[in-house]
Amino acid sequence: MKIRNMFKEGLLTKNPVLVQLLGMCSTLAISTSLFNGLGMGISVTVILICSNVMISLLRRVIPSQVRIASYVLIIAGFVTIVDLLLQAFLPALSESLGVFIPLIVVNCIVLGRAEAFASKNGIGVSALDGLFQGIGYTVALVIVCIIREFLGAGTFGGGILNGGEGIRILPEGTPAMLMIMPVGGFLTLGCVIAASQWLMKRMKKKEADKK
Amino acid sequence: MNWQSIFGILLSAILTENFILVKFYGICPFMGVSKKTDTALGMGMAVTFVMAIASAACWAVDQLILVPLGLAYMQTVAFILVIAAIVQVVEMFLKKKVPALYQALGVYLPLITTNCAVLGVALVNVQEGYNFFLSVLNGAAGGLGFTISIVLFASIRERMEETDVPKSFRGFPIALIAAGLLALAFMGFSGMKIF
Repeated sequence: MKIRNMFKEGLLTKNPVLVQLLGMCSTLAISTSLFNGLGMGISVTVILICSNVMISLLRRVIPSQVRIASYVLIIAGFVTIVDLLLQAFLPALSESLGVFIPLIVVNCIVLGRAEAFASKNGIGVSALDGLFQGIGYTVALVIVCIIREFLGAGTFGGGILNGGEGIRILPEGTPAMLMIMPVGGFLTLGCVIAASQWLMKRMKKKEADKK
Repeated sequence: MNWQSIFGILLSAILTENFILVKFYGICPFMGVSKKTDTALGMGMAVTFVMAIASAACWAVDQLILVPLGLAYMQTVAFILVIAAIVQVVEMFLKKKVPALYQALGVYLPLITTNCAVLGVALVNVQEGYNFFLSVLNGAAGGLGFTISIVLFASIRERMEETDVPKSFRGFPIALIAAGLLALAFMGFSGMKIF
């Protein structure tokens, strides 16, 4: 039951991007194709799980005065591992995400979960928390990616499906290039967050009505 | 190196490749510390200062320690440590010598460590292969670009407080939309190509 609650928190009620408003930089910057979104989401999820487990293991060892510095160092270690692995096995993804892979170090989601959850809870729960928060981040990121890619390039699944071209939905020439540019990131994320707030308000109202 | 490349870096870091609105570094403080114009200005100046010093220090660490030892893959770890140390030193220095500014910046000072703009500029400097002088210039100019956009954005948000916004858009979403419109304005600079 507790696990179900944690899942719901990560995905909806405490979604790191849509509700806690963390990790904005990467969400805005790389959400131009499904490939980028999935790659970034999975990388962050893996790093979140690893750092949560590590910090939970060391939570009684690290003195509280230097805890933030220690957390950042642990996270930086895992980020470097993921960065090197991507460079070796998925160079295309590493190329298109560029400097935003090393910048996961300063992604507030990872440090936030370390401070708020892993430093106070056991290993198993911390790993699950990392997984669910990571899924929440990935889902939000993928939603933004799909919208921006559809409106901006007129395709779906660019980088993965159809030999990397993506499935063309809108005919060539019609899409609004603006949506893949930085402007589109701000506008799309603003609308997605507004939509999720509206949805959550309705859900709460329904629950209240039931009671 | 000549004055053209210096001017080019300045112009692109401040306007055409603005750190926040075009490259998306440092969105968290951009959204978090932009409710009032004067705190935004203070934050911008502190970030500019740290970015310039961090660019210099990270360049030195990279060229003098990591590259000779063949440890270039440890850049991320080394840089974040250097940045955290610099922020700590700046904090202690301000507390002792300029207490007024220290008071004004408050909690935002330690938060500069986790500002992606600082780590971002250090990593970009290495990727572009800038020398010492150009790295510091890029850091300072990037910080100036950050300051300009955060101050502009803060004054927009101050005015937005009073407006009647649809319920679901209140707070963060409308701020993002406003940032989008500001980014649209900055896109106008991207047509500027010099040399």
